[in-house]
Order: sequence, then structure tokens, then C-alpha cells
Amino acid sequence: MAQDGLSVGVKAVIGREEIGALIAALSARGWRVLGPRVRDGAIIYDDVAGLDDLPAGWTDTQEAGRYRIERRTDAALFGYAVGPHSWKRFLHPPVERLWQARREGDKVTIIAEKNDEKFAFLGVRACELAAIMVQDRVFMEGPYPDTAYRKRRENTFLIAVNCGEAGGTCFCVSMKTGPKAQAGFDLALTELIEGERHEFLVEVGSEAGGAVLADLPRRPAAPEDIAAAEAVTARTANAMGRTLETEGLKELLQGNPEHPRWDDVAQRCLACANCTMVCPTCFCTTIADVSALDGTAERVRKWDSCFSLDFSYIHGGSVRKETKSRYRQWMTHKLAHWIDQFGTSGCVGCGRCITWCPVGIDITEEAASIRADSGKCQEGGNGRA
Amino acid sequence: MTAAEDPFIPLPYCVGRVRRETGDTASLELLPLAGPRPSFKAGQFNMLTAFGVGEVAISMSGDPAETEGFVHTVRNVGAVSGALARLETGAALGLRGPFGTAWPTEEAIGADVLIVAGGLGLAPLRPAIYEVLARRERYGRVVLLYGTRSPRDILYRAEMGRWRRRLDVDIEITVDHADPAWHGNVGVVPRLIPRMSFDPQNTFAMVCGPEVMMRFTASALHEAGVSFERIWISMERNMKCAIGLCGHCQFGPDFICKDGPVMRYDRIASLLAVREI
Ligand SMILES: Cc1cc2nc3c(=O)[nH]c(=O)nc-3n(C[C@H](O)[C@H](O)[C@H](O)COP(=O)(O)OP(=O)(O)OC[C@H]3O[C@@H](n4cnc5c(N)ncnc54)[C@H](O)[C@@H]3O)c2cc1C
Ligand code: SF4
Ligand code: SF4
Ligand code: FES
Repeated sequence: MAQDGLSVGVKAVIGREEIGALIAALSARGWRVLGPRVRDGAIIYDDVAGLDDLPAGWTDTQEAGRYRIERRTDAALFGYAVGPHSWKRFLHPPVERLWQARREGDKVTIIAEKNDEKFAFLGVRACELAAIMVQDRVFMEGPYPDTAYRKRRENTFLIAVNCGEAGGTCFCVSMKTGPKAQAGFDLALTELIEGERHEFLVEVGSEAGGAVLADLPRRPAAPEDIAAAEAVTARTANAMGRTLETEGLKELLQGNPEHPRWDDVAQRCLACANCTMVCPTCFCTTIADVSALDGTAERVRKWDSCFSLDFSYIHGGSVRKETKSRYRQWMTHKLAHWIDQFGTSGCVGCGRCITWCPVGIDITEEAASIRADSGKCQEGGNGRA
Repeated sequence: MTAAEDPFIPLPYCVGRVRRETGDTASLELLPLAGPRPSFKAGQFNMLTAFGVGEVAISMSGDPAETEGFVHTVRNVGAVSGALARLETGAALGLRGPFGTAWPTEEAIGADVLIVAGGLGLAPLRPAIYEVLARRERYGRVVLLYGTRSPRDILYRAEMGRWRRRLDVDIEITVDHADPAWHGNVGVVPRLIPRMSFDPQNTFAMVCGPEVMMRFTASALHEAGVSFERIWISMERNMKCAIGLCGHCQFGPDFICKDGPVMRYDRIASLLAVREI
């Protein structure tokens, strides 16, 4: 590590232009820098080469089943909430080859993938950082760690951005994951915009982060800068689009598999799997084996969804035939079983499943309904008003 | 990177002896092409890859005490199991494992043992039968109940004959559909339970078969006085990874691939009662 690296906890202020220098410094050190970009009417994550690639002056408005990007009155670089992409698509890619097998006569050789790419993520929201840590538990802390995920994860540089605005479907405060990034980042930025001023407060979260920041023009953070940054996240925390009562939620859902609300939501749910695809923690995959004429075979792993009929197929038919049981699986896994399995909720409150649901089903509303009705249900009535 | 480091990478095995058990079912001996065969416990399974076709979960059906290869009994029900069941001696395949939990053959020492199999469910139970019979003197009464569709579908026929001749094992076979040559039991396997003699207070029951059969068997055992804590069943769910990472095998909070497949009945009885869980 660079001797002049800044230590963990150090705070400094950099100008707006220095975000470009940050991208350049990371690229020069061999990281593939990924960040927000405007594409097809949404803010998505892809390669960024410089400041001009970032969505300057754009924001998003979100409601259940609705997403739109709009112009801001300022030139904020990170003035949006979260879009349809999450960083999951890089750490746990939608399609990934696991291995290739080559056959020569009777001999079969199996060749593993290398996975030596180094990613730097620019603009990781606090909820997304929490989602990465949830997937870390899933993929790295069980009895069989996922080699490919672990390699990519160990090579990832994370630049968090504390939220300056809450999206219409956000509820990170309920899930205790945001809006301020607490740990797990290399650098954390808070965008400070006030009149002519457009700067960033930068906090060092790791040795690697300190070394990168040391290369950038900067000034030490004054108490006023730190206070201004605190005010930004405090304002955001007070403007959450949604809330979710988590107290006793695990027991509530695990104790109500026959609640009539599951039938109700099944009337609306299209089982389209959008929610699982946009969710930054959903990890389910399937595999596909393919063979070529030259005697090679390979196994590919792809994102899968508990909303598909095939997902639970065993010889003789799918276990979860009805939409009701698939929605119940999704929500109960997210908010309840996940806690038994991985010691954390599977939901970080990012709101994506609400925004990107074509019919606007809202996980917070479904949970609240089950809570409101659960007394009646347990008395044996059908529980519907 | 070797398989030991990456649990997603199968090891190359080749097919040794093949025994055609019934019209659609074969037992394959699988020999490692490199290194020794890992040890396994009765009840565990491997993921078998037919290269270029796919990978499926198949239980060990051989004797854990034999060290040479794995034995698997495969029924052809689709693309992958069909490709596996058709393999001939010398063919190469991929293998990951062993995975999953085991039958309680250790805990059952000193107690009566009741083994109840439905159809192909006999395959995952056979390693437990070997273990119990290998140290027969350590158990009380040993009862094996086996139900199958028709006399033609009886697995491990020769071995069954040998076990039936033993005086220290009570074996009953029942079929759903008899043929004219059949003089044995007809009907579902749970109906045999009240007829058998065992001490319900001191019995370990190991049950494997279709889910409904296991539920009815557990109820019949419960009625006979066996507590749910002494009943173990082997669960089946779609499996893509066997290592807790693909999500397919979830059953409430459990992953059948790592928290099962062999599970104690009292822990899952209430979930089993919920439709489509
Ligand atoms: C723990 C465990 C132990 C098993 N032991 C044996 C055994 O000893 N012998 C044997 O013949 N079969 C066993 N099976 C069942 C075997 O895995 C299925 O018959 C096989 O997956 C069917 O695959 P297919 O491609 O031939 O059929 P298809 O019906 O075409 O299945 C398509 C895909 O669905 C999934 N699938 C279908 N049925 C099952 C199933 N029952 N369980 C899990 N995934 C399934 C598989 O991914 C399969 O590739 C076991 C299953 C489990 C979970
Ligand atoms: S369940 Fe919905 S709100 Fe929760 S993390 Fe997933 S997408 Fe975000
Ligand atoms: S909610 Fe569904 S798709 Fe997401 S992790 Fe759970 S089972 Fe998998
Ligand atoms: S089979 Fe993949 S999680 Fe169990």
C-alpha cells in the first residue's frame, strides 16, 4: 500500500471535477470502473470512462409500478435514487459459465473459469451496500463458498454515495440499511450542493480507499462540511417513500401460510418475476448444460426466479403450481426464512420490486395487510372484511 | 482450480459394473478416475452429470463400508436420468458430492429399526440396511416394509431374497397392482404397519418414498405409538446446486440439499401439512 495513503475514518472534501480524476485513478490502477449512466429512459449501471458519462442533472421519480427520469434544476451527479439495475449483475452475473469439459477419447478434462476481473463500483447506495453484504453471507459464509463470487468480491472497490434524496418507494430507514453508508465501503461520498458550491465530502473506509484518495486534489474536511453532509442524509431519512414494520414480521409471516391475503395478491400478481430480477439480494439460479460437436461441454448458470413454474418442478409436476404459493414463497423467504438461513433479512428496502412491478404490488403494503388481518385469520374466520 | 476448491466443479468418474434392475432402472457402479472415492454416510446423495445433457441428484444405494466406488440406482424419468440410466461400462461422467444429511443408524443402536420404502425410495435406504445388518446384534427387532407398483418393479430382487431368508429380519413386500403369479400383499405400505411387531416406545423409523406415502406412513406410525421425533424421512425437491446456493430446494427455512434430505419428522410435520409450500 502507498505509504502516503490516508487512514480509515479520514474525511476530506473534493470538487465535482475530481470525480473524473477518481475514475481515472481507479482505471489507472487496473479497476474496471462501473457507474450510473442514462440509457433508454433509466439510470443504469455500466462502464464509465469519465465525468461526462455520469447522469449529471438527472433524477428519477418512482411510485408503485412507475419509473421516470426527469431533469433537475442543478447539476448533481448522483441526484437519483436507484434504477432497475443493481450491482448484483456484476458480482453475481445474470449468465455465467461455470466450467467447460473437453473430451479426448475416454479422457475428460474439466476447466474452471478464471474470474480475474477487478471491478470498481461508483455510486453504491447504502441499501445496495447492505445488499452486497447480504449476498456476501449467502455466497461466502455457508459451508460451500461460491468460488466465482468470492474472487470477484475480493477484487471489488466500492465507492458509496450517501443519498441526498429518497425515492418514492424507498424504505431503507425501516430496514436499518440507509440512507447513510455505515461500513463496508472503500470510499463514501456525500454530494454537497448549495448555490454555487458543488463539492463532495469523502470518507475513507479502507486502506485501499485511502491510497486512492491520496492521489486526488483535496482539502481536509472542516466541521461545517461534516455537518452539511450529516444534514443531507438526515433530510433524506425524513423523506422515505414507504415504511415497513419489521417487529415480529418473521413470526407473523411464518405463522400465516394460509392467510387469505395470499389469495388476494395472487389475483393481481402476474408471476412475471420482475421483482426477483431487480432485487439486489435475490440469488436464485438455474443451470443449463450445452454440448458442442467438437466434444466440449459446458455448464452455464443463469438467474432464476421462484415465480416460474419450472423453479419447483420435480418429476410429476411443480410443487408450487399456484401464483399464490409462489408469491408466498418469495415474500416469506425475503422477510422471514432469510433470517433463519443467513441471520439477516433478505430485504434492504431499496423499493425496486415495488417500482418495477407492472401492476404495482407493494411488499410493504402486503406485509401490513397480513399484519392487520392476522388476528381474524387465526380465529378461524376467513379474515376478509 | 480443482474440485476440492470449487464445489461447482464435478470430478471425472467412469462407469464400472452395471446392473439392469427393472425395465427403467439401472444400478451403476461409479469409479473415480483420479484419487480415492470420498467416504459417505447412508442417506447422502451425489450430483451426477451426463456431459452435455445435465446434472441431477441421485442417492447412494451402495454399502458405505465398501471403499471402491459409489453405487447409484437411477430410474429413467427424463432427459438426464435417462442419459445416466443408459450409460454402459467404461463411459465417463461427472460427479460432485457427497452432499446432505444421513439416516440415524448410529442413534438407533439399541432400539428397534423400522425401514419403510416406497418404490425407488428403497435405493437411498439400502445403505442404511447394509449398516444395520452389518452389526445386526446391536439393534433390537429389524423390520423392512417395501411397497412398489407391481411385482415387476421390485428392486434388488436377489438381495431381497437373501434378506428374506434371514431369521433376524422381518420383511414384507406389498404391491399396488398384482399379477396372477403374485401371492403376496396387495395395497399401500402404511397398511402393513399395524401387523408388524416392534416396540413403539423404542423404535427408530426411516421412511423414503413419494411425499404422500411418507405422510401416510408417519401418521400410521404415530397411531401405532411411535413419536414424530423417532421418525425420519428423506425429502425431495428440485435441486440445481446441492450446496445451498441456487435456492431451488427450499422448504420453509430449510434447504433440502444441506439441511436434508434426511430430516426428523417433528421438525417438518407442520410445513408438510401446508399445500404447495
Ligand atoms: C436428494 C435426492 C435424491 C434422489 N435420489 C435418486 C435416486 O437415488 N435415484 C433416482 O433415480 N432418482 C433420484 N432422485 C430424483 C432425480 O434427481 C430425478 O429423477 C431427476 O432429477 C430427474 O431429472 P430428468 O432430467 O431425468 O427429468 P425431468 O423430469 O426432465 O426433470 C427436469 C429437471 O428437473 C429437476 N428435477 C426433476 N425431478 C426431480 C426430482 N425428483 N428431484 C430433484 N430434481 C428434479 C432436475 O433438475 C431435472 O434435470 C433424487 C432426488 C433428490 C432431490
Ligand atoms: S425485496 Fe424489494 S425492496 Fe426489498 S431489497 Fe428486494 S427489491 Fe429492494
Ligand atoms: S425470493 Fe425467490 S428468487 Fe429471491 S432468493 Fe428467495 S426463492 Fe430465490
Ligand atoms: S439445491 Fe441449490 S440450494 Fe439446495
